[in-house]
Amino acid sequence: MSIARRLLSTALALFALPVLLLAVWWGYTLGGSSFFVPEPVQLADTFVNTWITGERLTEDVLPSLQRLVLGLFLAIVLGVLLGLLVGLNKTARSLTEPVFEFFRALPPPVLIPVLMLTIGVGTEMQVAVIVSGCLWPVLLNTIEGVRGVDPVQSETSRAYGITGFSRIRHQLLPGAAPPIMAGVRQTLSIGLILMVISEMFATSSGLGFTIVQFQRSFAIPEMWSGIVVLGMIGVALSFIFQFVERRVLRWYHGLKEVENAA
Amino acid sequence: MTRGSRGRPRSGDPAWRAPLLGLAGIAGSLLIWELLPRAGVIDGRYLPPASEVIAAAIGNLGSSIFWSDVYDTMLAWAVGLSLAALTATATGLLVGMSPFLRRYTHSTIEFLRPIPSVALIPLAVLLFGIGIESALMLIIYACFWQVLIQVLYGVADVDTVAMNTARSYGFSPLQRVRDVVLPTVLPYFMTGIRLAAAVALILAITAGLVIGSPGLGSAISRAQQGGAITGMYALILATGILGVLINLAARWVERRALSWHTSVRAELAA
Repeated sequence: MSIARRLLSTALALFALPVLLLAVWWGYTLGGSSFFVPEPVQLADTFVNTWITGERLTEDVLPSLQRLVLGLFLAIVLGVLLGLLVGLNKTARSLTEPVFEFFRALPPPVLIPVLMLTIGVGTEMQVAVIVSGCLWPVLLNTIEGVRGVDPVQSETSRAYGITGFSRIRHQLLPGAAPPIMAGVRQTLSIGLILMVISEMFATSSGLGFTIVQFQRSFAIPEMWSGIVVLGMIGVALSFIFQFVERRVLRWYHGLKEVENAA
Repeated sequence: MTRGSRGRPRSGDPAWRAPLLGLAGIAGSLLIWELLPRAGVIDGRYLPPASEVIAAAIGNLGSSIFWSDVYDTMLAWAVGLSLAALTATATGLLVGMSPFLRRYTHSTIEFLRPIPSVALIPLAVLLFGIGIESALMLIIYACFWQVLIQVLYGVADVDTVAMNTARSYGFSPLQRVRDVVLPTVLPYFMTGIRLAAAVALILAITAGLVIGSPGLGSAISRAQQGGAITGMYALILATGILGVLINLAARWVERRALSWHTSVRAELAA
């Protein structure tokens, strides 16, 4: 009985506010049809028709997601590799730091016109935009993480003859994982932003393009349904990240708990 | 400054070494940038040499159009960031201090937070056109969550013993907020502001590039469409410098505001 009660209370906590908000939205649109705000039922209908039963899922959404995943993957791999390389060498670190800081501070969308010129419009450009915007948080956090690795651990590794690749694999990467993951989290949202706006420039497919197209033709429910799709991608990315982070950093969260309890 | 290096050759580097190497790194990058188009590796029409871009960027400093673009961008940045910070702090304190609200808003916050602000671009265009309000809408939406989450973390971190002590000493709710909650929240709040300051600039520029709201973003897109490639690179350089300045300022403010704070917080909350 008490388990059922607790489940009910959790469900209430999870869904009460969303349901309330939906009800308010619905009530608002019932009063008089607003041009900018579609009814919830109508929006759900449009959503299914536009994105699930139509061809947009395979023609716009999946290619966009492929570019995003490819871009994020390349940015993370490049960022970690370069970060290890630079982070391990003090001279390299001092040499590159101001330049890297500049690129991190550069708002990534301004790279779109540059890459349009140098690479041309197309999938390569869009992936390059994502990589060039997402690289910096991972790279700088990896450098920071490698630098901040526990010196006692490093000396122990050296004393036990753990060097080269196995040192990177077993000491540096796990040690630097918390800041690297913090960088990856920043990168995810930047990647999604860049995926959308790189498609708003001079392309004829993709999620960003489609949503702008809807807006220009005043297809308001369709436009809202596109916003919902982007929101769902954002939420899905964040859940996947949280899952991966919890696995990768299990030891770290455990350690924090012990430290906090003490 | 160089004294430390002579006495102890093995322990660490002299203090001037890192900044000097940093300058060398900047000079080297500029040299590569200069040589790539000059040697014909990249077409000079697409990537003009560094010297030409820097000359154009310096030329911009005397142009009133450039400064009015900077002003528009920074206005959207400042107004958006302040409004987001105010609303997020108020919401965060209210929600964070009430276990009921915290429990019942958690799912909604976790769901709304990851929605990318650029998803709102079409809506902003419909509602506000190319005015500054479009940029503000994107900036406020994106920054609100950055600050709110940090404030919520901060309120959750308030020491229960300190809170109970304040309560048994008869502190009024307002006093408890001012003397117990705010000092704990402040470091978290500053982290949120630092992150939000960078995000706000990204969105101020994006709104210009994509929507055409006034500022450096729309200037870049005008330069690109007009084929003024060197001018475009000069403006991009300016946005990068603006970004660096904002980062430095945010870190400085954070250090100043937290100079009293004894514990050195890990940056991982970011």
